[in-house]
Amino acid sequence: MIARLLAGRERLILGAFLLVLVVVPPFFSGFLLALVTQALILAILSMSLDIILGYTGLASLGHAAYLGIGAYAVGILSTRYGAGFWTVLLVGVLGAAVVAAVFGLIALRATGVYFLMITLALGMVVWGLAHRWVSVTSGDNGIASVPRPRLGLGLPWSFSDAVPFYYLALVAFLLAFTLLRVVVSSPFGQTLVGIRESESRMRTLGYHVWLHKYIGFVIAGAVGGFAGVLWSYYNGFVSPADLELATSVETLLMVALGGRGTLYGPALGAAVIVLLKNLVSVYTHRWLLILGAVYIGTIVYAPEGIVGAIRQWTERTRRDKAWSSG
Amino acid sequence: MEFLLIQLFNGVSYGALLFLLAGGLSLIFGMMRIVNMTHGSYYLLGGYVALTVIWRSGYFVLGLLAAMLVIACIGIAEWNAFLKRLSGQELGQVLTTMGFALIFQDLALVVWGGDPYTIPQPKFLSGSLRAGNLFLPTYRIFIVAVAAAVAIVLWLVLGRTRIGAMMRATVDDPEMARGVGINVHAISMGVFAMGAMLAAVAGVVAGGFVGVYPGADFEILPYAFVVVIMGGMGSLKGALIGSLIVGLLDNFGKALFPELSYFTLFAPMAIILAVRPTGLFGRA
Repeated sequence: MIARLLAGRERLILGAFLLVLVVVPPFFSGFLLALVTQALILAILSMSLDIILGYTGLASLGHAAYLGIGAYAVGILSTRYGAGFWTVLLVGVLGAAVVAAVFGLIALRATGVYFLMITLALGMVVWGLAHRWVSVTSGDNGIASVPRPRLGLGLPWSFSDAVPFYYLALVAFLLAFTLLRVVVSSPFGQTLVGIRESESRMRTLGYHVWLHKYIGFVIAGAVGGFAGVLWSYYNGFVSPADLELATSVETLLMVALGGRGTLYGPALGAAVIVLLKNLVSVYTHRWLLILGAVYIGTIVYAPEGIVGAIRQWTERTRRDKAWSSG
Repeated sequence: MEFLLIQLFNGVSYGALLFLLAGGLSLIFGMMRIVNMTHGSYYLLGGYVALTVIWRSGYFVLGLLAAMLVIACIGIAEWNAFLKRLSGQELGQVLTTMGFALIFQDLALVVWGGDPYTIPQPKFLSGSLRAGNLFLPTYRIFIVAVAAAVAIVLWLVLGRTRIGAMMRATVDDPEMARGVGINVHAISMGVFAMGAMLAAVAGVVAGGFVGVYPGADFEILPYAFVVVIMGGMGSLKGALIGSLIVGLLDNFGKALFPELSYFTLFAPMAIILAVRPTGLFGRA
């Protein structure tokens, strides 16, 4: 299935990546394994944002809200009601989808700067509830001691251990990647790209532009919620800090840094940011300065992201070769 | 009744503070369509610069002026070096200005440390006025007066002067404005500097009652955005009314429904947007 969705050389590179992700990490130190697990989970979030930012061309500043809904679904249901993995997963993903469906009704009336501002404010609504609705969310203290999931299914591993949880995150990542890849290569996904390139042309062609954007928006929200469920299980802790504005902007950075509209670009962006944040903070307390410089540098030096820069470079060398041989 | 009046007064004075912060932001949005995440940093840095100057010199006014000057220069530098090239690229603007916001946040931490400070209020503004059974802090009345003065000056400049007409023309249609010989570049830079300067003023006066502390930048930024969204980008009247609504909603929300206080702030905004996507006084 997935093989048909990928071009030849792309398949080779992604296959190699996958092989490395399956084989190597169990030999990593605990710290590095934790970082790779984090990167995989946040990659799900950044890929979901890529659906609206990269493919549809709408910059959302409130995507952390969906991460938060998934995360709080785990926090509240598993600590207070002892709910199991599958129940929580269902509630988290559906909850995020429902919230996205409501937010989409408001946000998609606007485009450009207005869309950005409205999604920011809607994200703040969710943050405000997490921050202040203390009787449900425990406010700033957050919800601690979220147990690691038990999947049932007769699996022999305990997901309290780092290595099995890593593989859980890897499977979730591959699932999300495949799903989103199917979405963007489907005719529906192509209409999203069409809307990004020229909304008026798509409307003239007879497409229901609003509905297409709306469906994309809800899918992105639901997958964002999926990332939130895993994020909360991974940390064992949920707090309003998970869904503040800075998280939303950081997710935007992951997408932009990796390369918009490519799916694996944003996944790569997530990995780079997670590694950078954690490794730099080992060496210096001034990692915010460096993160800030990465924000600015991305826009100045790599506006199309890492993947975009690599594509440009390979195209140029191919052209040079054709030039010198011709 | 007393509770109501006190909350009303607190709401209005907080609204006045928000107007100082959001008035400039709204004009920047309206004119250049720049999403500026650094606006909260101007507020924070303004407070810190004033604090240092007041410690050294002992004069509140000197601190205020220094903060205005320094922050206006930072704004001009940032706009010239980066932002003016990013017109129409919302993503680029958000990420660049967020980068600056993080850098400023960290630099402020290096220079001024992590402790919260309060800017010493000038003598004649400390104490409170008595009106019936109510005691109203003079400093909060001062904030309302400053905001009112700024609103009137801006309104006169925008509505009654040649340069104001040029600014309005640039908001309405930058291309036509350029076509009739208005120096859109200079006007835009001036408005950006003025917005940054007003944010610094807000930071200094806020330093007198909520203090200056790390994190204040990202705490207040969403409020400024909500004001601009509610009122409509580029509209001075919108910024004024939006500030009052947000100030009152925030105060009454926190007093009456403490658990849902942010919800009572953001939900009405969502409703306004559902009816008018461009805000109360904004134009598409």
